[in-house]
Amino acid sequence: MEIKRLAVSSSPHLHSGDSVQSAMLHVLIALAPAAAFAVYHFGLHVLFVLLTGMAVAIAAEALILRLVKKPMTAIRDGSAAVTGLLLAMNLPAGIPLWTITIGAGLAIGIGKHVFGGLGHNPFNPALVARAILLVSWPERMTAWVGPMLISAATPLSEFRTSRIVPAYGDLLFGFKAGSIGEIAVFLLLLGGAYLIYRRIIDWKIPVSFIGTVALLTYILPAREQSSYFAGNPLFHVLSGGLVLGAFFMATDWTTSPVTKRGRVIMGVGCGILTSVIRLYGGMPEGVSYAILIMNGLTPLIDRYTLGSRSGAR
Amino acid sequence: MVKSFPGGIHPPYRKEATSALAIERMNPPKTVAIPLQQHIGSRCDPLVAVGDRVLMGHKIGDSSAPISAPVHSSVSGKVTAIEQRPHPNGRTVLSVVIANDFQDEMVALMPAPKLEQLTAEQLTALIREAGIVGMGGGGFPTHAKLKPPQGVVLDAVLLNGAECEPYLTTDHRVMLEWSADVVYGLRCLMKAARVEKGYIGIEVNKPDAIEALKAEAKDYSSIEIVSLAVKYPQGAEIQLIDACLGRKVPSGKLPLHVGVVVNNVHTAQAVAKSLRTGVPSIERVITVAGNCMERPGNLLVRVGTTFADILADRGLKCEPYKLISGGPMMGIAMYSADVAVCKCTSGILALSKDEATYRIPGNCVRCAKCVDVCPMLLHPTFIAQYAERGMMERAEEYGAVDCRECGACTYVCPVNLPLTQHIRLAKSDIYAKRK
Repeated sequence: MEIKRLAVSSSPHLHSGDSVQSAMLHVLIALAPAAAFAVYHFGLHVLFVLLTGMAVAIAAEALILRLVKKPMTAIRDGSAAVTGLLLAMNLPAGIPLWTITIGAGLAIGIGKHVFGGLGHNPFNPALVARAILLVSWPERMTAWVGPMLISAATPLSEFRTSRIVPAYGDLLFGFKAGSIGEIAVFLLLLGGAYLIYRRIIDWKIPVSFIGTVALLTYILPAREQSSYFAGNPLFHVLSGGLVLGAFFMATDWTTSPVTKRGRVIMGVGCGILTSVIRLYGGMPEGVSYAILIMNGLTPLIDRYTLGSRSGAR
Repeated sequence: MVKSFPGGIHPPYRKEATSALAIERMNPPKTVAIPLQQHIGSRCDPLVAVGDRVLMGHKIGDSSAPISAPVHSSVSGKVTAIEQRPHPNGRTVLSVVIANDFQDEMVALMPAPKLEQLTAEQLTALIREAGIVGMGGGGFPTHAKLKPPQGVVLDAVLLNGAECEPYLTTDHRVMLEWSADVVYGLRCLMKAARVEKGYIGIEVNKPDAIEALKAEAKDYSSIEIVSLAVKYPQGAEIQLIDACLGRKVPSGKLPLHVGVVVNNVHTAQAVAKSLRTGVPSIERVITVAGNCMERPGNLLVRVGTTFADILADRGLKCEPYKLISGGPMMGIAMYSADVAVCKCTSGILALSKDEATYRIPGNCVRCAKCVDVCPMLLHPTFIAQYAERGMMERAEEYGAVDCRECGACTYVCPVNLPLTQHIRLAKSDIYAKRK
């Protein structure tokens, strides 16, 4: 047989088959159980919020790609859908659809494409949008609800005023008030384990993040308390957006450090900031701000921990 | 106890097509084109002229430079040309073209005495005269590895039986079928290098080879067979030394700086065979595989046989998308099948489009998978991005010259960045500036 043409390119000639698209698919799979529980717990409105978030994010990306004349195939990597879903999961269940629509547009536009698109953004796009929404519509963004969208206090805000700790089972399995995505802690942990198994995320960030929060909330006294080493770390780990943030937001590829040491530093930094905000800050929850601040420090962390042959150390 | 190294990847091994096939001697070809450079170092000068009749094993090229090795004819016949011919390294190299008279008339052979009767210098000289070079793919003249520079003390010879590249089963079959020669060759190398300890590192996916060599080496307490984890690139010499001996070769240094000489198992077998029979290095085993091959196998071929002759002999089911010399991770894609098999060619892969597609690169998303798998503990994406922008000094700061081009980073990159290619660019630029 005559050989007429041969493809000539650099070694290696094999590829693992991994792509951004396959990774995003795994993230959606990991989030699905917690999202499904939220629909069950809060009601059907949540389903519309989640779908709107994803759809608007995809549409916003398509529009922007058209405007900046980049190939439309970038849509297919699924990262816009994940951003839209994660943003929706950070919002109260009763949020109006117009709010999540604006939020998704902001996440994709300001959080991502203004910087050049996937891989270029310095801050987690979903959290950027959440921060903008929070200052723009503070009442709607803190209108926490429980089942059937009836107004209810979240465990963290309840603890601030009354020091009451709900049953740990309810905290773990999601029978409480909170944002759409944060309540089903057990299902989020399953999803996180799945992502670690699939090698999409590095265990170092969630473990160091949650570990630091547990340690500091145990050691440090909350406001108006005076005794050290008397905190309730289990309550803090199971409450608020910690598990959602530690496994799904802080681990975002683009906005977290590239070195192994750097990731531990980021996790610890997020943990310190979250604990301090929760115990002494004005807001009952600090995960979003902690992550955004550490995102900002990530280039510095990379610079400090990089160097010849220090990788994987 | 299975040893390993940090980082690395687990590509699909795809060795089932050939791992159980015994070595087959290929029918001798009508012509051979023997390159005068089949090794790292200085090119040989031709010692014959067009029209000369040469015998099998006749020395047709040599060089007086220290890092070089002679080349010999692999057939008997008439020299029809001495000209530039395509070489697996992608360029053309001066080659001696010989028309085979199919007599296989051998030069007068002088088998060497047993190794007990030879000194280290004699062994090294015999190894040089036989033209032995690294047969794992590197092609470094073996005799030069055995003579360390002033101040360097060697204490071990390590044979590489890992064969971590997918598809390739050459070393596996050599270890299984010619285990006596592998062990005798190791003992010769140990004596030539004046060391007391010898090791053979073998991945555990070759249990029959491990057993065969353990049986062969059981009478020699100075030789240890080390079982290695199945991981790519376990056979890279830095990783091999780390896994087998626990020694780390510092940045910019060679194995000899930690007292170790590393050789491929086929090289050791070639040393034994040439000492035993007096025949120089004129043939070798290669794995011929890939979805486009009609009859894959492990072939014993004459040096200088063209890939085209081998593909015609084994049959092509379909036109290959890529024709690789070597393995799929570090092998070189050929632009022509008219290249000749060299002493360091380990395999010919005729890959179909689904085995080796080319993927369009995107931009780095900082997933750090490349950082996680790099066996040299580098940050490939940063080196590559600096290289892409021509910032070679920064690339050097991030350790570009430590890269062994194993390809693990490019293999895992979800956006298909050509990391290995860019780092290679940086390295060649850095070396050029150093001259």
